[in-house]
Amino acid sequence: MAQAAIAPPKRTTDYVARMGGVPLAWLGVLPFFIFAVMFLILPSLSLFTGSFTDAKGGFTLDNVLGLTRQDIVDAYVLSIQISVVTAIVGGIFGFFIAYALVMTGVPSALRTSLVTFCGVASNFAGVPLAFAFVAALGRTGFITEFMRDTLHFNIYDHGFNLYSFLGLSLTYLYFQFPLMVLVMMPALEGLRREWREASENLGANGFQYWRYIALPILTPSILGTMILLFGNAFGAYATAYALTGGRLQLVAIQIGAQIRGDVLHNPGLGYAMGFGMVVIMALSILAYTLLQRRAARWLQ
Amino acid sequence: MKRSTFWGLFWVTLAALYLFVPLWGAFDFSLRAERDVIGVAAYTRAFADDDFWRTFIFSNQMALISIVASILLIVPTAYWVQLKLPQLRPAVEFITLLPFVIPAIILVFGYIKLYSSDIALGPITLLPPLTNSDFSTNILLVAGYVTLALPYMYRSVDNGLRAMDIRTLTEAAQSLGAGWFTIMFRIIMPNLRAALLSGALLTFAIVVGELTLATFLGRPAFGPYLQQLGQHKAYEPAALSVVSFLLTWLAMVLIYFVTRGSNAQVTGAH
Repeated sequence: MAQAAIAPPKRTTDYVARMGGVPLAWLGVLPFFIFAVMFLILPSLSLFTGSFTDAKGGFTLDNVLGLTRQDIVDAYVLSIQISVVTAIVGGIFGFFIAYALVMTGVPSALRTSLVTFCGVASNFAGVPLAFAFVAALGRTGFITEFMRDTLHFNIYDHGFNLYSFLGLSLTYLYFQFPLMVLVMMPALEGLRREWREASENLGANGFQYWRYIALPILTPSILGTMILLFGNAFGAYATAYALTGGRLQLVAIQIGAQIRGDVLHNPGLGYAMGFGMVVIMALSILAYTLLQRRAARWLQ
Repeated sequence: MKRSTFWGLFWVTLAALYLFVPLWGAFDFSLRAERDVIGVAAYTRAFADDDFWRTFIFSNQMALISIVASILLIVPTAYWVQLKLPQLRPAVEFITLLPFVIPAIILVFGYIKLYSSDIALGPITLLPPLTNSDFSTNILLVAGYVTLALPYMYRSVDNGLRAMDIRTLTEAAQSLGAGWFTIMFRIIMPNLRAALLSGALLTFAIVVGELTLATFLGRPAFGPYLQQLGQHKAYEPAALSVVSFLLTWLAMVLIYFVTRGSNAQVTGAH
């Protein structure tokens, strides 16, 4: 390295100074690792050990086995259902919007404002989002009244309820599809013009180009991002709590109730529920990382 | 009009409606606090509440402290890893991804389990219960916010550092006699302005209306206040939701102007 030759010799202490075999340079990252251990790793580990500890402090598998209790299984199923539904619907909707923004002649001013809006919406979760949906789709909401007064169709007379599975899904979609748009746009921009031209030269039509070239290249990105959306919905607490109170027994809501006051009548079971949630989140992030790695083969 | 442009506009319009209508609904609703009059009564009433200002200022203070703490924690770490300890990069990156795996509700559950009693090593108390006093609970809250913002802040700073030649800058500064403190605060940080500002704005957007950590740690923050207000009022919560949205929107627009031309991440945790 030519640069290293010109540079003044580094102070030898950088290499020599050691403390019990650990280079002194490692001290520079010590605060970060202490923070991570104290506020990220130990709290998670304490839930993990709590999942395997009984009331007297001995080892037990009862808590984890207790997760098969019907109400807990129901909570996991409900959480997974709502996460899968909003990930798939938000994923497909978001993909079409990203496609429209990247591939079609949408005016660039419109494009910029929608992308910024997506950035806002993907961060606009929690209490204010829930209240905006109450004001729009609640019993006296803006859309509800508009449909009742002008179209003479009261959605609440036809089985719709904002504080239900459907209502919460519609609310989650408000931050789900914008996230898909933001993540998919760079992937779509990564599709090279040459690939399309090459396929056209070989006589492929638009459908064949998408079926045999573009979609296979994009599939890992699409699936990966949908898994990201899954995790995004699965971990959400604030939006669900602010919108439905405790009416929908999601995992996050049950854990919240457990923190407030041992509703499961077994602290260990509460820790096991939290542990189960982390396992599902970890699996989804792992799948996302692997799929992104695969996507990087062609895109970029 | 080309057929593809028609479909493009179709999807874009649909998206714009989905994003816009609920906000318009909240706005429209917030103007109807008085019967048969369109007016800003809900806003005046919301802003006249002392609790609003108390909690809103508290949340802004917590956001500010979290931003400063995460900059002080992350910038030296990312700098040091790039300069001296590239072998630690995978470990540090793994840690910065962990907050995606551990949602806020789990994080606060862990904090309460771990820090609501003594942490002792045999007879020696290492740490008294942090949830006992307001001050130490605020430390937990800020630590939680720094954790939630960690992935975004770290990525933003790391990208910013990659875009400049920190080795040459460091050696130049050292040969002129600068110490580490001067290098960090007068060379590295000023060069990271855009990255730090966008990380800070995103942290702000995540923290100001945050509900989960603040509720379970029992702190008087804006998120829990708004949620409580929604239990017994109709128009004021809608008004404050509109205000929250405008704040998030302002943060995002500023990020857009700050980071124009570079690849910045524009999404936070839920």
